[in-house]
Amino acid sequence: MGQIELKQVSKSFGNVEVIPPLDLIIEDGEFVVFVGPSGCGKSTLLRLIAGLEDVTGGHVLIDGKEATLTVPAKRGLAMVFQSYALYPHMSVRKNIAFPLRMAGLDKADQNERVTQAAEVLNLTDYLDRKPGQLSGGQRQRVAIGRAIVREPAAFLFDEPLSNLDAALRVGMRLEISELHKRLKTTMVYVTHDQVEAMTMADKIVVLQAGVIEQVGSPLELYQRPRNTFVAGFIGSPQMNLIDGPEAEKLGAHTIGIRPEHLEISQTEGAWKGKVGVSEHLGSDTFFHVQSSASPEPITVRATGERAFHYGAEVWLSPRPEHLHRFDSKGLRIE
Amino acid sequence: MATQHSRSAARLMIAPAVTLLLGWMLIPLSMTLFFSFKKYLPMRGDSLENGLDWVGFENYARFVTSSSFWPAVQATLIIVGGVLVVTVILGVILALLLDQEMWGQGIVRILVIAPFFVMPTVSALLWKNMFMDPINGFFAHILKAVGLQPIAFLSQHSLGALVTIVSWQWLPFATLILLTATQSLDREQLEAAEMDGARWQSRFIYIMLPHLARAITVVILIQTIFLLGIFAEILVTTQGSFGTKTLTYLIFQRVLESQNVGLGSAGGVYAIILANIVAIFLMRIVGKNLDA
Ligand SMILES: Nc1ncnc2c1ncn2[C@@H]1O[C@H](COP(=O)(O)OP(=O)(O)OP(=O)(O)O)[C@@H](O)[C@H]1O
Ligand SMILES: [Mg+2]
Repeated sequence: MGQIELKQVSKSFGNVEVIPPLDLIIEDGEFVVFVGPSGCGKSTLLRLIAGLEDVTGGHVLIDGKEATLTVPAKRGLAMVFQSYALYPHMSVRKNIAFPLRMAGLDKADQNERVTQAAEVLNLTDYLDRKPGQLSGGQRQRVAIGRAIVREPAAFLFDEPLSNLDAALRVGMRLEISELHKRLKTTMVYVTHDQVEAMTMADKIVVLQAGVIEQVGSPLELYQRPRNTFVAGFIGSPQMNLIDGPEAEKLGAHTIGIRPEHLEISQTEGAWKGKVGVSEHLGSDTFFHVQSSASPEPITVRATGERAFHYGAEVWLSPRPEHLHRFDSKGLRIE
Repeated sequence: MATQHSRSAARLMIAPAVTLLLGWMLIPLSMTLFFSFKKYLPMRGDSLENGLDWVGFENYARFVTSSSFWPAVQATLIIVGGVLVVTVILGVILALLLDQEMWGQGIVRILVIAPFFVMPTVSALLWKNMFMDPINGFFAHILKAVGLQPIAFLSQHSLGALVTIVSWQWLPFATLILLTATQSLDREQLEAAEMDGARWQSRFIYIMLPHLARAITVVILIQTIFLLGIFAEILVTTQGSFGTKTLTYLIFQRVLESQNVGLGSAGGVYAIILANIVAIFLMRIVGKNLDA
């Protein structure tokens, strides 16, 4: 079991309120991702759940039981840190066995669980090495190994992949997702990378300045962002947000249209514009078009074969069913 | 240093320093070696102008067979070992305490470091007269206040008293090095251990101590080299009596009190050999630590 509930939890450092009172329920077995810009309080929120930081107000409940004042070790949660936080003077085996040793398990049990974890994580060949002799990805796996041997009620990850290179990140992303499918344990995952959030999460929690902007499945957030912040944050490349006369025509303060929901044509369309930079990714091409609709260039996503030379005159047309409308407070208009 | 060019440039640059240091060390060293094989008693009319008699290893033999030799070795080891134990243990404790957030942190840290800036002679005099004196000393007053007999620390517990004085001087050094090491410990490691269920003692034994191991060896290495030569503290307090005659002090007595330069030099050579054995031994420990 691993249901976590935050009730009116708040956190201040001195006079600075980093997290205003906030409610959140993380269901058992869910993969929840906290996402938001740097400094928005994701790590702080995770550390409040872990018990590494005391709440200023409110309650933390784990499996329905009051855990606000419980020490970290007794909460049954395991954490994987951004810096991995491996114990440098211990071998991989000892690192993974450390929580078991602290729990007073006998040697045979320890060995069995370590061997099992090592197999799952492909670490068997490295058990006798020191962390300093491992690559970033391997260190990450050791950190995960140290978390899984405890058989925790939930895993907490704080930007575990941010120190890895792009290729490795994709691989580890899949491995963690697979681990979740297999263990079916609750995972809370912090990242500022919305691609990680979209690909891994069952439920995404978008945070800004300590406030929850929206909670929902990746598709919900993509299809029905609750406000302009979420609209701009989720999706890559970013949604085009257009203010002014074009928005007023549709009875909104701001309209949003994703790059993939724009048609680009040389002959006809709603907005006339000039092609600026084109980014060819092979599978897709992104055109940055300076148009009559807004002072900022509009990003358009087209198939890889499409090409326009710099400065070409084009027409853009948004697909009406994919237009998002927002009022002057930035909130979604249905 | 990557290229051939930068390597030879580097050699050229450090050449003056190396030459100076070598001269600095080699001249006294060779003079000591020279005298150690000679009979040189200035009070009995021996002098460099008249030429000195070659006596082979006689000085060496006399130095180690003298009845003061083994007690001096013992006293040296007790003082060095005692000070190392006291400074390392207290140093670790102080470093951990000073690492905590507290009110007046800056001032407390300066106070802790202060003894290091007091000259050995001065601190020994302070301890001797203000604290350990059986009549006027602070400790004597305290003992009398609680109805006990004052203790003449420097004669009755001479080695303990010396260890106390020297430890007081060296504790700041140990604390400072250990404090910087403590501060360099990754907070996340401690938090990870906390989440892994390690209590305070376990975090200390399994995370902090191994992290401090290298700093502790450095403290031991540097202190040993300096402690083998402590002199002022003994001269000022006991003048070598009550079993506090260390090797260094013995050599001093041979040269200056008995006016036997040859015998003293032989003792000096023994001291050099001893210090080098310690240094090699310790360098290996540090080397091993640095590899890990
Ligand atoms: N110990 C602390 N004392 C004071 N302020 C803190 C402390 N820890 C965090 N903060 C502040 O709280 C805010 C949130 O920090 P937090 O580390 O949770 O951000 P984050 O969302 O994890 O950012 P990042 O993506 O950069 O890791 C920041 O403004 C930070 O300056
Ligand atoms: Mg963070």
